Amino acid sequence: MSYHANEKGYYGEFGGAFIPEMLYPNTEELRQNYLRIMQDPSFKKEFDQLLKDYVGRPTPLYFAERLSNKYKTKIYLKREDLCHTGAHKVNNTIGQILMAKKLGKNRIIAETGAGQHGVATATVCALMGIECVVYMGEIDIARQAPNVARMKMLGAEVRPALSGSRTLKDATNEAIRDWINNPVNTHYIIGSVVGPHPYPDMVARFQSVISEEVKWQLKEKEGREQPDYVVACVGGGSNAAGIYYQYLDTPEVGIIAVEAAGKGIDTGESAATSALGKVGIIHGSKTLLMQTQDGQITEPYSISAGLDYPGVGPMHAHLFKSGRGEFISITDDEAMTAGLEVSQLEGIIPAIETSHAFAIFDHKQFKEDDVVVINLSGRGDKDLNTYIDYFKL
Amino acid sequence: MNRINQKLQENKKLLSIYFTAGYPALNDTVRIIQDLEKHGVDMIEIGLPFSDPLADGPTIQESSTAALQNGMHTELLFEQLKDIRKTVSIPLIVMGYFNPMLQYGVEAFCKKCHDIGIDGIIMPDLPLDVYQEEYEDIFKKNGLINVFLITPQTSKERIRQIDAASEGFIYMVSSASVTGSQSGFGNTQTDYFERIAAMQLKNQQIVGFGISNSETFEAATKTAKGAIIGSAFIKHLTKQGVDGIADFVQSIR
Repeated sequence: MSYHANEKGYYGEFGGAFIPEMLYPNTEELRQNYLRIMQDPSFKKEFDQLLKDYVGRPTPLYFAERLSNKYKTKIYLKREDLCHTGAHKVNNTIGQILMAKKLGKNRIIAETGAGQHGVATATVCALMGIECVVYMGEIDIARQAPNVARMKMLGAEVRPALSGSRTLKDATNEAIRDWINNPVNTHYIIGSVVGPHPYPDMVARFQSVISEEVKWQLKEKEGREQPDYVVACVGGGSNAAGIYYQYLDTPEVGIIAVEAAGKGIDTGESAATSALGKVGIIHGSKTLLMQTQDGQITEPYSISAGLDYPGVGPMHAHLFKSGRGEFISITDDEAMTAGLEVSQLEGIIPAIETSHAFAIFDHKQFKEDDVVVINLSGRGDKDLNTYIDYFKL
Repeated sequence: MNRINQKLQENKKLLSIYFTAGYPALNDTVRIIQDLEKHGVDMIEIGLPFSDPLADGPTIQESSTAALQNGMHTELLFEQLKDIRKTVSIPLIVMGYFNPMLQYGVEAFCKKCHDIGIDGIIMPDLPLDVYQEEYEDIFKKNGLINVFLITPQTSKERIRQIDAASEGFIYMVSSASVTGSQSGFGNTQTDYFERIAAMQLKNQQIVGFGISNSETFEAATKTAKGAIIGSAFIKHLTKQGVDGIADFVQSIR
């Protein structure tokens, strides 16, 4: 059994392309070409070169000694926080902007929640000199002002999503509507392993560089390519897909997915999709999502803007349903405490999304000689205001 | 014979109207359907509101949000429609997004539609291949015609495929857009309408998206069998309320 997407974009029962006919030509063009383009040596060369010289890859695999001592296990951190723009998101946007160029597109659209993917998209559009429109919920625009300013400095137009709850879900709806209205010249850079086939698979492949590096880096440090566990936070799930990718079909490597419980799973203010979601359709994909009994999509909550998506990518829905992945949900308070601890033990201030992954040690016991690789998906600069408010710094 | 097929045999251009169930007021559904028939509308799409209507512009989005806030849900719509066939005889189609149908249970949903006397379903985000593999038998067993969409970007080959899979009419989306965003048709649309007409499809076409008045209705039905008006009717309901339905229908033809 494989945990990768099949040729129709299904991970077990999840995935596919549940899209209106208006989007069929766009996604079909991408579906027919993405693998061919990604395997083209000239594409690979340009992608690898940019990841190296522009993004700053390979990112270090760092042995976190003090954290390891505290939790009596061997903890390695994959330092995606050191990527240009401060998170793993740029791996995907570099890949997709090159894809867009190969497909002859001259206009880029994207959705963003906290603004990280918007910034990563605006960055690569500036790099390539391509027009960029980023949809962002009106409420998120108000609470993520620095990232809005970054996108503007980079030359992107930030368009407020005024519909629905005016957050990430609605920004995604607006980007999809834009794509319906501009089917020929526009490429939609989705920021996570969500959306209709081939997006989940394509984004996972672009992010797979993370676990590709972990393999040889761990070999150097531990003499083996396989850790005992890979750990990542999951909103839509792109950083998780990246660190799981090379190990999906290696059952000896445990997969741990950390979701945001918000104020607690039963409080009505949560984003823990595996605990609260049911099978349904969101943004063109069949997956687990939070919804009413009647099938209306509900609004999630997390202190971390990057984790409050009402669904998960179909890969993760399948990992959960099949039992291949172990899903742990972490509250706002646990995440904030863990973020502070990592800051003080390791001198690294993580993004609040990532802080959730650091809070698993109170939930799961590891053996002393276990090698646990945590994907440090982003840095905490963007979250300083939230940290300041929370800790009264 | 299904009412849709009967209607398509009539020697006239068909006017079809979409409205969002539960809007403007929760219990307007039956009244709107009855009035539309009374004033000469040929077919009705009853919109089941969804929180995230991807293919719709602001007008239908807002009416959907309002309808959900009014308390509309799938079971309630079926409840409102249970006696509709005592008073209404034109074809009725339920149009919505696939997730609410999936949560209700596709089989139960179709059976309910059959019992009420619904003639067809339009679910834009239920793709052709999934429909054929998983749901076609259920639709057919319940006498429901599934209506597929084509757009100006749909390839000739796919149009043939959709034509072969269709048993009522083809919903011809007038332009690359979400609902409610056009004002008038240009040469691009005319060319597209003529291109489709020249394909001699086995199913007749009904044009939707961008039809808002008598001019666009006439332009759309020059080659096609009929046209569907959605956003313009909802705007009218918002301004004039349900009492203005006669005026709206008469302004179209």
